[in-house]
Amino acid sequence: MDLIPTASQTVGPFFHLGCTTNHSISCIASPTASGERVRLTCRVLDGVGVAVDDAMIEIWQADSDGNYSHPADPRVQKCDPGCGGFGRLPTDLNGMCVFETIRPGRVPAADGRLQAPHLNVCVFGRGIMKGLQTRAYFAGDQANDECPILALVPEERRATLMARSDPGKPGDWYFDVRLCGQGETVFFDI
Amino acid sequence: MPYRRHDSNTQPRSLYPPYRATTERAPRQPLIFLPHTLSEITGPVYGHNQVLEADRDLTRGHPGEPLGERIIVTGRVLDDGGCPLRRTLVEIWQANSAGRYYHQKDDHPAPLDPNFTGAGRALTDLDGRYEFITIKPGAYPWRNHENAWRPAHIHFSLLGPAFTARLVTQMYFPGDPLFPHDPMLQSIPDEEARRRLVSKLDLDATRPEWALAYRFDIVLRGCEATPFEE
Ligand SMILES: [Fe+2]
Repeated sequence: MDLIPTASQTVGPFFHLGCTTNHSISCIASPTASGERVRLTCRVLDGVGVAVDDAMIEIWQADSDGNYSHPADPRVQKCDPGCGGFGRLPTDLNGMCVFETIRPGRVPAADGRLQAPHLNVCVFGRGIMKGLQTRAYFAGDQANDECPILALVPEERRATLMARSDPGKPGDWYFDVRLCGQGETVFFDI
Repeated sequence: MPYRRHDSNTQPRSLYPPYRATTERAPRQPLIFLPHTLSEITGPVYGHNQVLEADRDLTRGHPGEPLGERIIVTGRVLDDGGCPLRRTLVEIWQANSAGRYYHQKDDHPAPLDPNFTGAGRALTDLDGRYEFITIKPGAYPWRNHENAWRPAHIHFSLLGPAFTARLVTQMYFPGDPLFPHDPMLQSIPDEEARRRLVSKLDLDATRPEWALAYRFDIVLRGCEATPFEE
């Protein structure tokens, strides 16, 4: 039987009620999880550079060895129990939210080549009819040069997928999502 | 194993100027096709331990009974191959019977109901079935255009079996005269796909002398079949 998936609709401005008031998750990997600690500040901006204060960001990621906590990953048994891998937060008045996590390991692509460490990011919000899928990579990571997925992105736009570190604050990373216009973030058709 | 891809006309346009907010928020560059990796075909299986039976009854948990028409909202969650999705998290939120959300940003001058918050969650059973007890929400104005009103609706969010299958949608009620005037619904080009967001009166699920029932089945993307693989 072939069925057609249900159409998406925007989360609207009141999603907090059902999704984040009682069910937000800022801690993607607990303090006991192995790996390099990352404090990721995400910020969402609209087409004219105004902070989007009513977006919801979801993150899905692997543990520090590149294993996902999910049965479709053949290495799920090895997945770090300290790394649930899932985060979900609403943006604040500055369009920002902060996740506590670890830098994930490298995950194989379908052909076996290793991807660079990345977080899978989905942005929901008023005016967004279907969740926007993007990825946050780590600027300066040597693996970026050989990531088969990054290679699909035109070189001049790859910078939009990079989280940036602050040399003065070890472990702090910043990832901006520009929904449209100048410096528009790369979104994927997944 | 990759997930199936479908006709984009059955999903909303991301840039749809009649829905004004899309003009500041919809990407203008084409999406970049991403061949599925483990990152896409895995996803959170979160929520399974924290969902309580009481969470699916939005009419309880307050000192009294909410005002409005009590209803049952039920349906099945299937993948695109027709297989039921078991123990999948379904989250809902909605306005009260007067069309007002229990939310600080909602300034619609309609009364709040001290006995209705309007949020619930449930896990599907082994048949993929879920059931909520709630109050029929009211229509509400939303300033998108002159005299803009949303048809009555309930917001649904499903994590599904993988990040690729994640769905946020809205369920509508049959026969609402506001459908042709609603840019959110009309942003979906395919008429059948719009129709599938409209629940059906389900007399079999109704509880006589107590509540009418509406049926809303939900289909999530599924894996491509791989009959030759072991
Ligand atoms: Fe709504």
